[in-house]
Amino acid sequence: MNRLVLNKIILTLSTLSALIGITFLFWILATLTYKGIMSISWAIFVNDLVNGGIRNLLAGQFVMAILASFIAVPVGMMAGIYLREYGHGSKLASIIRNLSDVMMSAPSIVIGVFVYALLVDPFGSYNGYAGIVALAIMMIPIIISTTDNMLSLVPTELREAGMALGGSKHKIIVQIVIKAAKVGILTGILLSFARIIGETAPLLFTSANNQFFTMDLSGQFPSLTVSIYNLATYPDEASRELAWAAAFILTIIVLCINLVGRFLIRNKK
Amino acid sequence: MGGQFFRHFSFFSATLSFFLLVGIFAILFTYAQEALAEFGIDFLSADTWEADEDDEGGVFGGYIPIIGTLLSTFIAMVIAVPLAMGIAIFLTEVASENLAKPVSIAIELLAAIPSIIYGMWGLFYFAPIVQSIFGGNGVGLLTAGIVLAIMIIPFMAAITRDAMNTTPNILKESAYAMGATKFEVIKDVIMPYSKAGIIGSIILALGRALGETMAVAFLIGSVMSTVKHITDPTTSIPVLLANNFAEAQDLEMSAMYYLALILFVVSFIIISMAKFYFLGRKSAVK
Repeated sequence: MNRLVLNKIILTLSTLSALIGITFLFWILATLTYKGIMSISWAIFVNDLVNGGIRNLLAGQFVMAILASFIAVPVGMMAGIYLREYGHGSKLASIIRNLSDVMMSAPSIVIGVFVYALLVDPFGSYNGYAGIVALAIMMIPIIISTTDNMLSLVPTELREAGMALGGSKHKIIVQIVIKAAKVGILTGILLSFARIIGETAPLLFTSANNQFFTMDLSGQFPSLTVSIYNLATYPDEASRELAWAAAFILTIIVLCINLVGRFLIRNKK
Repeated sequence: MGGQFFRHFSFFSATLSFFLLVGIFAILFTYAQEALAEFGIDFLSADTWEADEDDEGGVFGGYIPIIGTLLSTFIAMVIAVPLAMGIAIFLTEVASENLAKPVSIAIELLAAIPSIIYGMWGLFYFAPIVQSIFGGNGVGLLTAGIVLAIMIIPFMAAITRDAMNTTPNILKESAYAMGATKFEVIKDVIMPYSKAGIIGSIILALGRALGETMAVAFLIGSVMSTVKHITDPTTSIPVLLANNFAEAQDLEMSAMYYLALILFVVSFIIISMAKFYFLGRKSAVK
């Protein structure tokens, strides 16, 4: 009988931990939504930070994340293609795969420090390019890993069918393999975009922040996340409210992109 | 030829991860040179961090942020490991499929929330609770550790769940047929089978906790003082870098690079360990 009781206890504890996890999710989302809705207004979308709005911050954050994707997506996809299509099974590919996984978990603040040394220190000022590079460095390993995984799901028969038709290796990759893995790769891109758009640490001393609307990447560049960090720690109530509104919007953006990604991959199945 | 170019470009992209890793190490090492020469290995155990008034020299030791990083990570792991295991067990063995799916999605969404949100929420909503229960002034090592735990739980639970899911049904069914309870199946069949994956997920989460910046920055207190009590405010390597790196000069700056180098090397070792553990096991199974 004893072991049945033990069984019950353990299973109850496990259910309890799931409940705790869900509770925190709802707690965080509930406070965010409450504080966010209380402080959100149309005015913050049409004003810049200098006038108590977040228009420039949203624009800046998206510009940096999108430009970072322009670097990271082709590079990451090509690297994934090398690992799975050209170097498959080779020692080099397996070493690179491991190093890329290590890069994926490298502390984001260290990447910030690295890019500071590379692109801020020599030029003497914070700049948007540095922020973009830092975000791209964070994004590349994620894209490599998803591309690699998604290509591995493409059946070998498809490649063989292409070869039987006399297609060259690169034609087969571009016209058959990538097409077959399209949805999975797109999901990976969306998820990694959601990840970098919420990053703060790599931007703190690369792009830094800017109170004004600007598209000039050679100077300090506005960032939503860096602003949240600054605003939340100011003592005045107005700054905190703006921080809550910004945090709420950021979370909605990140969760929506995530849900779209998940929906895509589910639809495929 | 398009094909040749395509091939070369993909090869070049693949080697980029390698050059990035080497590049990060080389840059951090070069910029840390001044502090390395000045303080050497004693840097790890010295607990003074003071710049001279002219901002050019000073005495810098990494003891406080290093200990702060280790302790906050330790607290986080103590809380997160049992809870993450519980969630993974719930998802794989306890919940029906109709329940496991939404809970799984919720856990994964929790993992997707940016760390700055955890930090901000923790500062305004969680720190007061910690303060009323444990005393102190709200922000400090304990608060940082708990919120860090909340942050890594979903990540750890998701990987552990995937590892547990690899256990073949036939193994579980055989144990059930022998009259084993669910807990016995978990303990004697699933755990041993997915041990490598589970340990890997714990180590990966450990690496993530060590390098976490924003959640901790709001909550650890960011003061250069040693902890005597668990609720005392202190600092960690990422937090010190986040708050003071940009303003530092000369030798202090170099000391900051030294800290970044330590963090980078330690997380590199930890993550590689997790990866090689994973891989060693994977090839053995296949």
